[in-house]
Amino acid sequence: MSEMKKYTASQAEEKRKAGIRRAVTGFFLALWAVIVLFPFYWMVLTSLKSYSSYNSEYIPKLYTLSPTLQNYRDAFTAVPLGQYFLNTLIFTVITTALMLVVTVLAAYAFARLKFPGKNVLFTLFLALMMIPTELVIITNFVTITDWNLRNTFPGLILPSVASVFYIYLLKENFEQVPEDLYLAAKVDGTSDMRYLFRVMIPICRPTIVTITILKIIECWNAYVWPRLITDNQAYFLVSNGIQEIRENGFGRENIPAMMAAVVVISAPLIVLFLIFRKRIMEGVSRGGTKGA
Amino acid sequence: MERETDKMKRADLKPFLYLLPAFVFLGIFMVYPLFDVLIYSLEEGYNSASQTFHGVGLYNYRYVLRDPYFLSALQNTFILVIITVPVSTGLSLLISLGLNSIQKFRDFLQTVFFLPYVTNTLAVGLVFMILFKKTPYSDGFVNLIIQFFGGRSVDFIEGPYWAKMTVICLYTIWIVMPFKILILTSALASVDPMLYKAAQIDGTSRLRMFFRITLPMISPMIFYLIITGFIGAFKAYSDVVAIFGVNLNAAGMNTIVGYIYDMLYGDSGGYPSFASAAALILFVIVLTITVINLMVSRRNSSSLKGGSYE
Amino acid sequence: MKIVLDNLTKRFPNRNRKIGGEVTAVDHFNVEIPDGELVGLLGPSGCGKSTVLNMICGLEKPTEGRVFFGEEDVTDLSPENRGVGMVFQSYALYPHMTVRENIRFPLENRKGKDRLSKEEMEEKVMEAAKLVQIDQLMDRKPAEMSGGQQQRVAIARALVKRPGVLLLDEPLSNLDARLRLATREEIRRIQTETGITTVFVTHDQEEAMSISDHIILMKEGVRHQVGKPQDVYDDPVNLFVAQFLGTPAINVFQGEVKNEELFIGKDRVLDVPGAGDGDVFVGIRPEGAALQADGPFALKLDHVEVLGRDTIVVASHPSFQGENVRLIIPSEQREEVSDTPRFVLKPRGVHLFDAKTQERIRYGKGNR
Repeated sequence: MSEMKKYTASQAEEKRKAGIRRAVTGFFLALWAVIVLFPFYWMVLTSLKSYSSYNSEYIPKLYTLSPTLQNYRDAFTAVPLGQYFLNTLIFTVITTALMLVVTVLAAYAFARLKFPGKNVLFTLFLALMMIPTELVIITNFVTITDWNLRNTFPGLILPSVASVFYIYLLKENFEQVPEDLYLAAKVDGTSDMRYLFRVMIPICRPTIVTITILKIIECWNAYVWPRLITDNQAYFLVSNGIQEIRENGFGRENIPAMMAAVVVISAPLIVLFLIFRKRIMEGVSRGGTKGA
Repeated sequence: MERETDKMKRADLKPFLYLLPAFVFLGIFMVYPLFDVLIYSLEEGYNSASQTFHGVGLYNYRYVLRDPYFLSALQNTFILVIITVPVSTGLSLLISLGLNSIQKFRDFLQTVFFLPYVTNTLAVGLVFMILFKKTPYSDGFVNLIIQFFGGRSVDFIEGPYWAKMTVICLYTIWIVMPFKILILTSALASVDPMLYKAAQIDGTSRLRMFFRITLPMISPMIFYLIITGFIGAFKAYSDVVAIFGVNLNAAGMNTIVGYIYDMLYGDSGGYPSFASAAALILFVIVLTITVINLMVSRRNSSSLKGGSYE
Repeated sequence: MKIVLDNLTKRFPNRNRKIGGEVTAVDHFNVEIPDGELVGLLGPSGCGKSTVLNMICGLEKPTEGRVFFGEEDVTDLSPENRGVGMVFQSYALYPHMTVRENIRFPLENRKGKDRLSKEEMEEKVMEAAKLVQIDQLMDRKPAEMSGGQQQRVAIARALVKRPGVLLLDEPLSNLDARLRLATREEIRRIQTETGITTVFVTHDQEEAMSISDHIILMKEGVRHQVGKPQDVYDDPVNLFVAQFLGTPAINVFQGEVKNEELFIGKDRVLDVPGAGDGDVFVGIRPEGAALQADGPFALKLDHVEVLGRDTIVVASHPSFQGENVRLIIPSEQREEVSDTPRFVLKPRGVHLFDAKTQERIRYGKGNR
């Protein structure tokens, strides 16, 4: 009987412990969520405060009762934010499109077509994945300068097109399509190109969408290469734009206007992320690393 | 007959046509630069205007390794690596464990935690800078919190070295966490729940379950994160620029990559030879650390041999 | 150790949240498992048998009812305090540990005065390993072993702490057919050698019948019948039990009882003294009818299947519930099978069930 009581007591103890554990877990998860979300909240909040009310708050308020859109107007008029936006859009669309063509063709060749030395070639190819951008960027800078392509879109785009990792990712996916399909298509007299467009691409669409989105994110956030290759504001991308705004724009202290610019620049990617959440997270967990 | 052989030849060439675009791009912008950077790094006294040099040797390396700016960049980068990699990996392990133990809000929190991944490093860095900055108008949000808890406010952006290092470490951690949380949550979720049930029946304490089952099962992923974490942190640059602006030498916060770009371009630029030497030194450092990491993980995972399910 | 399940009930919230409400997985389940027996818990998949097992070992808490081990009420004890060993369907071996480490793992959990010395642990580990005959493979990892070997490791790990009760969840389902026969003999041997009260869950009636001391039949969370395998086969309490046991399965016809006589279609096939008038289901075991030229029960022949010693007559009948009637005859009678074979029924192999309740209707002396 006393045995029993001991057990029931330990049972209650166990329950209490589980409760505490849950509470602690919940607290820390919520805390991290606040730490992650706070900068976003702060930038939206500040972007809605007027210049004067922001500067008069020694202790910043965590809310505003008189939101204004003036900062957004300033962001687009006082600095060429619209221009930066358009540049980034052009850069992103063309780079991503070219990347897709190059990637799909190469992945298809490695996955399906037979040619001598394929395996050796692919191994060499994979070895390229280990090369850091920092190592090759110096020569690329010189190359693009020699070609007189500084402050041009081709100069921005060309070195950013090929990505070994995406070719690898797509090749793996292409290989999962049963070879019998290819043989069946051959028997029916389908050309390689037709087979690629009519069979492979539709079947592997999810992976293609994934690499497209990852490339878009990469392009939108590009900073280092555009900074090296452009010094004319007419060709600045958003990242360089924000740096320019920070150094020279709005007079140094117009923080609400800066925050409006930051919101405008951050919003497209966040919207894209919320739409393609599952795809993006899956693609990234398959081996994408930030900035790599 | 002749036609037939023509066709054969074309069939042989065709795969290479598919590969051609990739080869052209990679050849010009990845393979050629690889050799070129080596040559640059050995050309002494290279003049980028006249494209001439007057000798071949290791002078560029000697110069870089004696350059106080490089040494300070090296120091900054090492401190950044040593602090952020363990902290972010440990923290993301804790958060992933927490995420895996809850059901409600799990999807929501996973989405929230991933947000920093899809933000523009430069843009959000500006927000961080403002939160930490001390101005004549306001001490800044973070300082107000420190004061609230009875501390003394610090100028994190233009103040003492350790304060600046703190900001940059915090921001780097904030930026790299989403990737690690994502990888670790899926690693944790892939552990067969039956193993925990079996352990529970045998009266295994939670702590023991973690150290004897969970940790060994996810250790390959942890090693993967540590390696990629090291590589990423050694290449720190954009996030530092976001907080301290482009003139990192003035802020005393330069990194190795920052040093390379400074040598290449801008007010201090025009020295591709020095930049190349620095880039190769960085490459050697990263490679060494990766190899050491791989050796350690091999040793550990040899005890994991056959650890996968069939 | 005797196991008593008293009114055991488990309700889960409905998985489909839109429908809501609760699903009753186990419904007022009563059973007493005698000390030292090997008992098969048998039922179609999804019938709640694994839930019963999980409640016995403590991984799940019953919504209602109690679980007793011997005289002790263990309902509120956590699994580790119950002294049970469990073998999971997937074996749940730790993939990163060797066989030795896997088996030793439960022992290492003990603390304080219960903690064994290294030598004692090793001794117990080897003892368990020898019992299941894997003592030659101690340094292998699970992935380097066959399914049958992995299962032995799982059993050794469950036995190493000398549990009062051993539970096995579908122990044979992950093995190929050849290994299954050998392994079930092995389980019987190990149980006999150790004398541990053992409960195993299965959906395969042959498996349960062949090695169990007792079988428990359940369906949709409800206990239908408990007994020795042969007794349950010979004397099913309802149509479900009769249909679930035996290969080929029992043949079920629609029939009618009039004046203590059984009719299938128009044929008067059997005297059923004591059975009341009304519609019935007639269950005829494959061995429950004998070929006889002037027998009362006529079928239409489809084909015969030759098994060697026996022959199966595959035939049809308008009152039959299902595809084909299957009746077993000795092979020497094969030549006598005509296009419309006639049979005489043996009361021992013919069971009547109420058409509405599907409960058994007893009659006469031959069919107790």
